[in-house]
Formats: sequence, structure tokens, C-alpha cells
Amino acid sequence: MSLTVQALPPLLVAVPLLAATVLAASGRFLPRLIIDAASMLSCLLVLAGSVMLLVATGSQRVVSWLGGYSPVHGSSVGVVFVVDRIGAGLATLIAALVTAALTYTWRYFDEVESYFHVLILLFLAGMVGFALTGDLFDAFVFFELMGAVAYALTGYKIEEAKPLQGALNFAVINSLGAYCSLLGIGLIYGRTGELGFAQIQRALAGQRTDWLVLVGVALVFTGFLVKGAAVPLHFWLADAHAVAPSPVCVLFSGVMVELGLYGVARTWSAAFSPVLPAERLRPVLLAAGVVTAVIGSVMCLVQSHLKRLLAFSTVGHVGMFLVALGALEPAAIGGLAVYVLGHAAVKGALFLCAGVLLNARGSVDEADLHGRGRDLPVTRICFIIGGLALAALPPFGTWLGKTLAEDGLSHAGFHWAGYLFVGVSAVTGGAVLRAGLRIFFGIGTPPDTEGDTRGSEEKPETTGNVGGIPVTMLAPVVVLLAGGLTLGLLPGLATLAHDAAQQLLDPTGYAAAALDGARAVAPPAPAESWTVSGLALGLLSVLLALVVAALGLYSDRLPQLLRRAAGVATLPFHAVRTAHSGHLGDYVVWLLLGMTLLTLGVAAT
Amino acid sequence: MTTLPYLVAGWLFLVGCYGLVTSRNLVHTVACLTVAQSATYVLLLAVGFRSGATAPVFADVPVGTRVVDPVVQALSLTDIVVSATVTAVLLALTIQIHKRHGTVDPDELRALRD
Repeated sequence: MSLTVQALPPLLVAVPLLAATVLAASGRFLPRLIIDAASMLSCLLVLAGSVMLLVATGSQRVVSWLGGYSPVHGSSVGVVFVVDRIGAGLATLIAALVTAALTYTWRYFDEVESYFHVLILLFLAGMVGFALTGDLFDAFVFFELMGAVAYALTGYKIEEAKPLQGALNFAVINSLGAYCSLLGIGLIYGRTGELGFAQIQRALAGQRTDWLVLVGVALVFTGFLVKGAAVPLHFWLADAHAVAPSPVCVLFSGVMVELGLYGVARTWSAAFSPVLPAERLRPVLLAAGVVTAVIGSVMCLVQSHLKRLLAFSTVGHVGMFLVALGALEPAAIGGLAVYVLGHAAVKGALFLCAGVLLNARGSVDEADLHGRGRDLPVTRICFIIGGLALAALPPFGTWLGKTLAEDGLSHAGFHWAGYLFVGVSAVTGGAVLRAGLRIFFGIGTPPDTEGDTRGSEEKPETTGNVGGIPVTMLAPVVVLLAGGLTLGLLPGLATLAHDAAQQLLDPTGYAAAALDGARAVAPPAPAESWTVSGLALGLLSVLLALVVAALGLYSDRLPQLLRRAAGVATLPFHAVRTAHSGHLGDYVVWLLLGMTLLTLGVAAT
Repeated sequence: MTTLPYLVAGWLFLVGCYGLVTSRNLVHTVACLTVAQSATYVLLLAVGFRSGATAPVFADVPVGTRVVDPVVQALSLTDIVVSATVTAVLLALTIQIHKRHGTVDPDELRALRD
């Protein structure tokens, strides 16, 4: 049995890679049905394998050395997969979201050739590999694999102007970030002579803290945080999400961005913790998180392009995730894990609803679509429920994760985080609700948004009449929302996530599992579940979200004086808005600034 | 052990970024990204360099010969493959942008302004 489990991690990467290669070679000769079925089958295989890993990691860390280069006396020249609960959980999430995206694609792109499936499978392989690897350079390679595929997926509609520009911005900024990471990896290798997380950890433990290693660590983090969309490294995100095909957005927002944060958490804990104490990393992550949360929510509120709105809400949520991660405490990170799952389900459903709108009405612009979604019965209910769930409506997974993270942060002494979480949930959820009520129920006055990035020129991703909305497009929406609800009701989830967070924050256990074969992990101790105050905070943020939505819908009915005052108060945010210029050169400057700040924060004390 | 290669690597990265910021042509942008990336090659090879050592190929040299670190050379090769892929994708995008936007000047691409 244990041998089988150890064979799983490499297989989870190899199966989709192999399937992608076969489809790339033979796709043009095969009927569409076979292509769909083959890619779905390989995706389901990965899902089954991930679940098996998730079960197996309850009692041990699963370690596989590729090619049998097992360590002798604690050292090896091989590369390794080290899987614990967080890694296996992420792999499961990735496979589940890719399954949803593929189901949706079944009828979504009529003209789609096998290339789309090939790219999705490669993306799956890259993301799963990144979640499971125990080696810094492998992490870079998987990071670049998922990057390069993501650029191609973003620009998939190559006959249109906007997706091309979005893909270009995404590709240049993310590549530059990845090269920062590689420079960092070079510096760390130069100092330690090791590339495995566990080996680096042991090599660094015996050394004095020196600035060269810290600069290397900061550079590695820069690449991950570009993917993780921390302000000011987030500019590519909205451009890419606004133009990528909707099922691809599900994967971007639901898990790819979060993988960037996972990269920071994993490499810090497993490799860099001896030279970078938690006290030094904590303020950096917390500060980045607060700024990201505020900017993301504000930008979310002012969008009328539905997919851009959802993209900035992801930035706002990433800010909260960074804050929860920044506590570097198991309780908060356990909550974060649940929150990521809930967010992926809910945000995925919302993006797919936007895709249904684009398909049925040829637009994703809020003003344009005013009242035009009234006759989409399932979609409109799902969209509103999604908006409420995004605002952390109990008992959705988003709410459970938020309340667990709040409690964890509060116990760690960060009481202010609760206010931030309620605020961000209310503003992002309120923006989604506003758009939903306007589009699907025709409520409020049509907004006037000349000169912004509008969603009205987007082209439908299907041609001709697909005969109403096919069930393969609606089913994933409903299933994702139901999944988001179930997550909040699963009795053991809080304990499981807490246990996973404890494993993530255990460098000694990680290194012992990877190098000494001591793979057993302690059985999970029951964690605290939600509290009544958490329930109240969840309801409060939903209530505030409704207020935000109402203010957005009826802003023209406010007294003149109040509107003037609001105009003055929001002046600083106009500057923030102007900064999102869509200009590549600007974004590069922001990236360099972010890199410098991160380096100063990590290395200078 | 000299610091020169490290300075060169830093210079290449910065000058590549400068080019990215000021670029007026997307083909130039893509080239600048490649320049920034070549910093990683220089850095990696400098890390693995040993003076007086030969290439890490043991076919025709006696065992125990001083060689440079083969790991960084493997990393650089992987890096070059990554670079080729990304450059190809970016140049393909540039061609399509020229078709759809009628320009390759980043200053004139205003479709995604917020």
C-alpha cells in the first residue's frame, strides 16, 4: 500500500502531461467527443489520486524520490515530492476546479479545437506539480510551466484585441517575476549548495544569517507574490482575468493566485525559516495584506466590467489571505485553508455565471446589461447566492474560513483583522450583489461609465445558437455553489485544516520526512470550531454588503451634499485607479518597487 | 573568486528592466525581457564556476578531475528552454497584436485602461 501511495505524486503530474501530449499529436484526427472524454478522464484520474493522497497524508507525509535516488545518510542528489495535507488538499482543489472547467467547456466553445484541452491539461500538471514538489528548482519549473500555459490560455481568443493585450501584460510581468525567483534560487544555491527545501533548511540552520541569503529569499518571494497578486505586484491580474475565457478565470482566481501564496508559505517554512524568523516575516506579510485588501476592494467597487469586478474582488480576498498567512499561526492558517476552498467554489461559480451572461447576452458590462438578465432563471439565482456567499453568508465555506481565520488572528493578538475581514467581505460582496441586482433584476438607475474598460465589446465565446443554455454550463455553477455550502457544513473540516496548517508550519518534521524517512505525523487534535460571535460577524458582513449594494444602486438619489462629500473623500482612490493604466512599462516599474520594498522588509533590520 | 560576474548579472537585469519600462515597440520589449533573463544565466554559471576546472563531462578525463558544478549548468539549460517557450509565445502574441490593434507601440495600447 505504502509503495502505491508513494507512486502517486509523480503520477499526478505525469498522467495529465502524457494525456496532453497524446491529444496534441492526435487531436486534429479525433472527434470532439473523444477529446472531451479523454481529457475529462485524465482529470478525474488526477482527482481520484489527489483524494487518495489526502487520505494517506492523515497518518504520514508521502515522500517520493524520483528515479529511486533515495537519500543516504540524509543527503541525495535526486529530486523529491513531499506531500502533506496542504499539498494534497491543494491538488484535490485543483483537480476539482479543472473538472468543473472542463464540464463547462463541453459546450462552451463550439469551435474549440483540441488545443484548449491540451493547454488545460498542461496547466493542471503544472499546478499539481507546484503543490506537491519538495524542491526549489522543480518549484520554479512547475511555476513556469503553469505560467507559460496560462499566458496562452489568456490570449486564447487570438482574433480579438483585448485578450492579446491582457495576455501580453500577464506574460511579461509574470515572467519577470519568475526570473526574480530564479535569481534568488541562484543566490541560495550559491550559499548552500542545495536545491531541496529540506536540504536548504538543514544547510541554513548551520550558518550565520547573512544578507545575501535574505536577498535571495526576498527575490524568490517576489516571483511567488507576483503570481499571488500582492499589491503592487497585482496589476496583471485584472487585465488577464477580464479577457481570459471564463472557465480559465475559474482556475486563475480559484487556485492559481492562491498557489503563489502557498509558494511563500511552503518555501518559508520548509526551507528558509532558519534564517528568516517569523517575527521578521510577519510584519511584511501583514502590511502587504492590508494594502492589498484595501486596494482590491476599492477597485472592485468602481468596476462596471463584470469580470474585472470579480478579478479585483479576488485581489481583495488575496489581501485577507495574506493577513491570515501573516499571523504564521496554525489556527489562522487553518482558517485560511478553509477560506481558500470556499472562495474557489464561490468565485468559480460567479465567473461561470459571467460566462453564461457573455454567451447568452453578448456582454459582461453592468450598465449595458441593465435588466437584461431577468429571463435567465437559474443563473440569476446562482449569481445572487454567490454574491451573498462572497460576503461570507453563514454557513458557506467562505464564512467558516473567514470566522476561523478571524479567531486565529484574534488569538494571536491581531484584533484589528476582524474589522478588515468584515469590511473587505462587505465591499466585494456588495459590489457583486449590486451588479447582480442590476443585471438580473433591473433594479436601480443605469450607471454612466464612459471611458472605462467596458465589458460591452467582449465577444461571445460560442458561435451561433447553442440552443438555450446547455445543462453542462449550468451544472458546474450549481455544483460549485453547493460545494461551497457543503464545505461550511462538513463537521471535521476545521480540525482537518488546523492539522494541515500545523504540518505546514513544522519544518523539522518536513525535513525528517524528506531526508530521514521519519514520515509519520501526529494524529490531528480537535480544533476549535466556529463561535456565536463568528456567526454574528458573518451576518454583519452580509448586512453591510447589502447596504453597499443599495448605495451603489441608488447613489443618484442621495442628497447632493452627501454625494459631493463622498466625491471629495474618494479623491485619493482616483489616483489608485489611474495607476491601473494597462501600460506594460508602468507595471514593470511597480514590480521593481514591490521587489525593492520586499527586499528591504525581509533583509534589512 | 571575483565579483565581476555578479555585477554583470545585476547590470543585465537592470538594463533589461529599463528597456521594458521605456520600450516603444513590443518586439523590443520581448528582447528586453530576454536580456533581463540572461542575468539568470550569468548568475547561475558564476555560482558554479571553479577556477582551473574543466567541463563536467567525465567521458575522456580521469576520475577526480576538477570540474565546474554540473547542477547549475543543468539549471541554465532548463532556463534556456523556458526562455525559448516564453519568447515564442510573446512574439506570437505580438504578431496578433499588430494584426488586431494595428500597432506594436505599448503606449498606444489602451484597450485595458481602467
